[in-house]
This record gives sequence, C-alpha cells and structure tokens, in this order.
Amino acid sequence: MNFDNISRRGVLKGTAALTVGSALPMSRAFAADTTVGFIYVGSRDDYGYNQAHAAGAAALKKMPGIKVVEEEKVPETDAVEKTMESMINLDGATLLFPTSFGYYNPHMIKMAQKFPKLRFEHCGGLWSEKDPKNAGSYFGYIDEAQHVAGIIAGYSSKSGKLGFVAAKPIPQVLRNINAWTLGAKLANPKITTQVIFTGDWSMPVKEAEATNSLIDQGVDVITCHVDGPKTVVENAARRGAMVTGYHVNQSVLAPKAYLTGAEWNWEVLYPRFVKMFTSGETIPNFYRGGLKEEIVKVSPYGDMVSAEAKAKADEVKAALTAGSYVIFKGPIADNKGATVVAAGVSRGQTDPELEKMSYLVEGVIGATS
Amino acid sequence: MKADVGAPVGTPVVKTGAGEFLRLPPITAKIGGAAEYVVIPAGALLASLVLFGIFVALFGKNPLDLYFYMYQGAFGTWFSWQNTLTRAAPLILTALCTALPAQLGMVIIGGEGALLIGALCATSAALAMAGAPPLVVDTAMAVAGMIGGGLWIMLSGALRQYRGVNETISSLLLVYIALAILNFLVEGPMRDPTSLNKPSTPEIGTANMIGSIPGTDVHWGFMFGVIAAVLSYILIYHTVFGFAARVAGGNLRAARVVGLSVGKLILIVCFLAGAAAGLAGMFEVAAVQGRTNANLAAGYGFAGILVAFLARQNPLAVIPVAILLGGIGASGGLLQRRLGLPDASVLVLEGMIFVMVLASDTLYGRLSIFRAKGA
Repeated sequence: MNFDNISRRGVLKGTAALTVGSALPMSRAFAADTTVGFIYVGSRDDYGYNQAHAAGAAALKKMPGIKVVEEEKVPETDAVEKTMESMINLDGATLLFPTSFGYYNPHMIKMAQKFPKLRFEHCGGLWSEKDPKNAGSYFGYIDEAQHVAGIIAGYSSKSGKLGFVAAKPIPQVLRNINAWTLGAKLANPKITTQVIFTGDWSMPVKEAEATNSLIDQGVDVITCHVDGPKTVVENAARRGAMVTGYHVNQSVLAPKAYLTGAEWNWEVLYPRFVKMFTSGETIPNFYRGGLKEEIVKVSPYGDMVSAEAKAKADEVKAALTAGSYVIFKGPIADNKGATVVAAGVSRGQTDPELEKMSYLVEGVIGATS
Repeated sequence: MKADVGAPVGTPVVKTGAGEFLRLPPITAKIGGAAEYVVIPAGALLASLVLFGIFVALFGKNPLDLYFYMYQGAFGTWFSWQNTLTRAAPLILTALCTALPAQLGMVIIGGEGALLIGALCATSAALAMAGAPPLVVDTAMAVAGMIGGGLWIMLSGALRQYRGVNETISSLLLVYIALAILNFLVEGPMRDPTSLNKPSTPEIGTANMIGSIPGTDVHWGFMFGVIAAVLSYILIYHTVFGFAARVAGGNLRAARVVGLSVGKLILIVCFLAGAAAGLAGMFEVAAVQGRTNANLAAGYGFAGILVAFLARQNPLAVIPVAILLGGIGASGGLLQRRLGLPDASVLVLEGMIFVMVLASDTLYGRLSIFRAKGA
C-alpha cells in the first residue's frame, strides 16, 4: 500500500468537496426522486419506539423513486436541527420525519420556518394554527390497542394483580395505563394494576427493578410504556410472568410469555404520507387515528390466550375499528374516589380533554405525583 | 500522583528561592517544547484515525470513504463548519469546568451538574424578570447561570477542602442531584401547565432569545466560550493568581509553606470552573431551547471532560479540541447515513483518540528531535 497515494487522493477529494460541495447540493449524486429523512432519538433496533418508526421507514424503502436516509441517537438539542439541515443540504431530503417528541418545539418548528418549501412531519406533537404550514404532527390512539391488550391481560391473570412499568406520569402515558386497566376490568371488575414510574424514557436498570418488584408483589401480567420494552419483557418472562407488549411486537423476545401487545402501524401510515407528498396532495397538518385508520394495531394473540379472552378482545377490537365503541365512557372514577368522567358522558378519541389526562382510574394502584 | 498533575511530565525540575521544588519549563526547551505540544497530539490523532480506518475496514467499508465523509461532514462545506462550531460551543465551556480545577491538581468531572443548575438559575432569572429589556434579561440570565453553576462546583471544592471528600466522586454524584432537582422543578413547581407531554418550564420569550453570530447560524455561546477560554489561559499562565494555583497544583505542601492560602484558591477556581459550565447551560436555554426541560441533560458536561483531557487541561488548547470533537459529532450523522455505520462508531473513534492521546503523554521529553533543537 502506498500511503502517499492515499493521502493525496484524500486531499484531492476533500478539496473538491470544499469548492464544489458548497455550490452543488450533494443530492445530485443520487438518482432518487424523493429523499425522505428519518431521525430517531434512540437506537433503531430497541424493540420499541424507535424500531417502530424504523419499520415504517423500511416500508418506504420498497417504494420506487424513494430514498430513505436515517440517523439514530440524535439528542433533543440543536443537534437535531443540524441533523435535519445536514439531511437537507448534503442528502437533498425534502420530507423529514423527526420522530421524537422533544424534537418538535423549538427544533423542528425552527427548521420548518427556515426551509418553507420542504415538508416536516412530527410524531406526537400538537400542531396548532400558529405553527408553520409546512409542518405537521401525527399520532395514533394507541390506547385503543392497549385497551384490547388489557382485556387479554385481565382474562390471563390468575392473581388478579397486573403491573405497569411507566416512564413519566404525563397524559399520553396515563391514558395508556387507564385504557389498559379499563380493558382488564371488563374481564375481572376487581382486578388491580400496580403502576411504577421510572422517571425517564430509557432506564433499563430501573425498569428491571420495577419488573422484579411487581412480580414479588404477586403480579402475573405486566406491560409497560417506556421507549424500549425489551428489559421488561425479558425480565418478566424469565420470572414466569406474562406480558403484553408495546410499540412493536416483542414476541420473539419471549414467545412463551407474550400474550399480545399494542403496536404502532407506521409501515402503513408512512407510505400513505409519502404517496400524498409525491402526488402533490397536502398532508393534513394535524393527523390522528387509531385502529380504524390503521395507525395502531394489536399483536397476534399468543397460543396461551384463552378462547374466551380472544372472543371478548376481538369483539371490542371490531367495535373500535367500526368506531362504535368509546373507552372513556362515564361513569369513571379515579383511584382517589373522585368522578373524572360523569355518567352519561362519552369521551371519544378526539376529545381534547383526553389529551390533558392527569388521573389514574379506579383499580390502578399508584400516584401521578 | 497529585504532585505531577498540572506540570508537563518530563520538564526539568528547578530549584526556587524558597527552597521548594517547582516544575518549570526552562527557556532553552521552549521552542522545541512548543513544537512538541503540537506534533505529539497531532500524531496521536493521526494514529487513532488510522486505527479507526482499520476498524471500519473490518466492517467491510472503505476507509477512504470514511475519511472523505468525515472531512465533508465536519469541515467540507460552509454548512458543515457551522454544524461543527455549533456543536463545539457548549463543549468549550464545559471543558473549562474540568481544565481549570486541573491546574490545582483536582479532577472535577461534574460539569454536567453545573450546566443543569446554571440553566435552571438562568431560566428562573428570565422568568422573574419578564418584561424587562432583552439585554437586561440576558445579562441577568448569564450572571444567574454563572453564579448557580459556580456555587455548584464550589460545593465540591469546599467538600474537598473542609471535609476531605474526594472531589471527583462528589462532583460526579452532584450531577445526579442536579438532574433530580431539575426534574423535580420542571415536573413540579416550575412546570408550565400547558407543557403536557414534555414537562418544561415556561418559555423565556422570543424577544429574550440570543441570536446567532452574524453571517452564521452558530449561536453566541461559541464566541463566549472562546473568550472564556482565552481569559482562563491568561488567568492561569499570566497572572500571580494563576501562578499560585499552578504552584498549589504542582505541590500542595510547598504552596502552604510559601504561604499560599490553598483553600481560597480551591474555592475560587472551582467557582470559576462551575461558572463556565453554568454559562454553557445559560446559552443552551437562551440560544437553543428557550426553556428548561430534560433535553438539557444531553451530556455536554461529560463530553467536556473528554475535551479537557485531550487538551491536556490547557484552556487555550480546549478551543481546537472542542472544534475537533464538534467536527466528529457533526460528521457522525453522515457516517450513519452514507456508510451505514452505527451511531456508536463515533464513540469508538472518540475512545481511540482519548487512549492515543493519553498514551502519547509518555512521549513528551523523549523524542530527541525536540531536545536537540533547543539545547
């Protein structure tokens, strides 16, 4: 090997980039018609939140004329602004999916203002009229899938004690805990859900401790709402408890313990968005949906799930898909005895009150603060 | 071990009038020494790049592509430069949090905690002064951030001075306390009730946001970092105070014998160190996030430790090293996207540089080419 050649070639390439790179966008080097950028806050094989988005991105790679660029473990700081700009400047991305909640404000908003001709789609944010028109937010009513999983959990529990490992007591998480518990109560009205908050989205050690502690207390079905459910699922299975999954299908991690789970269905939504984008149709700025819109789905039931549980779960799932079923239907009391949804009141999925949820329903053991 | 920190290994020992031993670089070694300080770290950097190239080649990727993309992502275009400098901005300030106490022989690794406390104090100042002219608000934020961060690291210094608690451990543990305080305040008393799914403090207001350096999109934190690094260098190498600090760092007992009040030095230097990290926190709020939330715990304080050690604790060298690490961070995305390398590959490179630079420490004073010229 001649090292002189290497360095000379490197210098030549580098100098060329310095002079040409700033004038010609690097996108010219690629033949793709549309470049779509995906940004993840964690690693894309986390068996959780990020993997669900990566599965959606993978679905786009199969579409003709679409090139996908991805970057993982991007913190929710100005680093994500620079990643977006880098994808735009160096890769020629015209549609961006920064997928973590903390990317929205101020980072994605800032980029949407800076590049008004490009399109930015954010998962979980609440787009409002004052935000740029080329920005949008989408999310799924995953509590519908959680509700169905809760029914399976309720039928499968022998001890009548369920466990929930959760990150933070914020509305999205509380809604999942409540929907799951309300589902379980359809199977067994006396069932309880012990909830443990770990305090952050990715805390594997605390998640494992919480799982063990729940099982020590007699809990025999566990689920979670953290970024990567791998720790909880594997630990619960090792200790002989059953699990319902979250974000993606974790049955490969614990085939004998995985009852079912609430999954994102980004591999359906993202191609839908990209088709709208490439055909010149406007993607709605505010996009929400549940089972009916195929934004969320329920994992296939495990072999150990009883026929009775399957029948009830399928019945509710069908009603949710048809749009004829309301999860938060009064009367609902919180776990301190106060009425949170009065009798006769039906809080449908689009009800803004649900976005502000701050309580745990009756049957949940735990506190939000 | 303590006696060696703060003085370059291998520099001759001279006798001072006080009869104590101090390590000072002799005039004759100055020219050769200066070259040494550039050539050896550069060589270490080059060696780690070659090693990383081999590592990448093992994964079946072309190392030449790697170097090209790294160069392109970090320094190859004007955009890349801005990306690099933006990432370097907080690192200069957090590196000073480790580099300054190092002059006293102290290993402070809790810059992250000072950054978080600084951010909280700065945000509180801005919220308390809502309605005041932006310049006043930003000045108050900077002062509050620096005082908050300064006191935080001074706590480690005081624990070491008065209670004999190891400052490395205490400063590290204080990071977790700072994070707990931040989470408590952000999710409790200081929470903006409209921040539903991302608990945050109220925003400091668009008018109070610090913009970018004209002609770039690099925020002013970078410039303040450079100023702080230069001031630190002057303080350490060109003032009586700095000399006293280095004396204490070189030999604590000698410093006491010649009548230096070591306790005061420790407290002041720790305060200045924490103030630098606190200022980094203030800029993260005032120039980037616009409010305080858990996003601030992005690891800038920990990256600063790496920068300080690579700069061999020299405040001036912190600037290029921070830019270098900023560049590595900036090119990391391109490596992921173009070469399909995992995010951790950048960490592998940083680790290799770190080990190489530390290992190259033994070369100082041993390479005859530098000696021959000066002598």
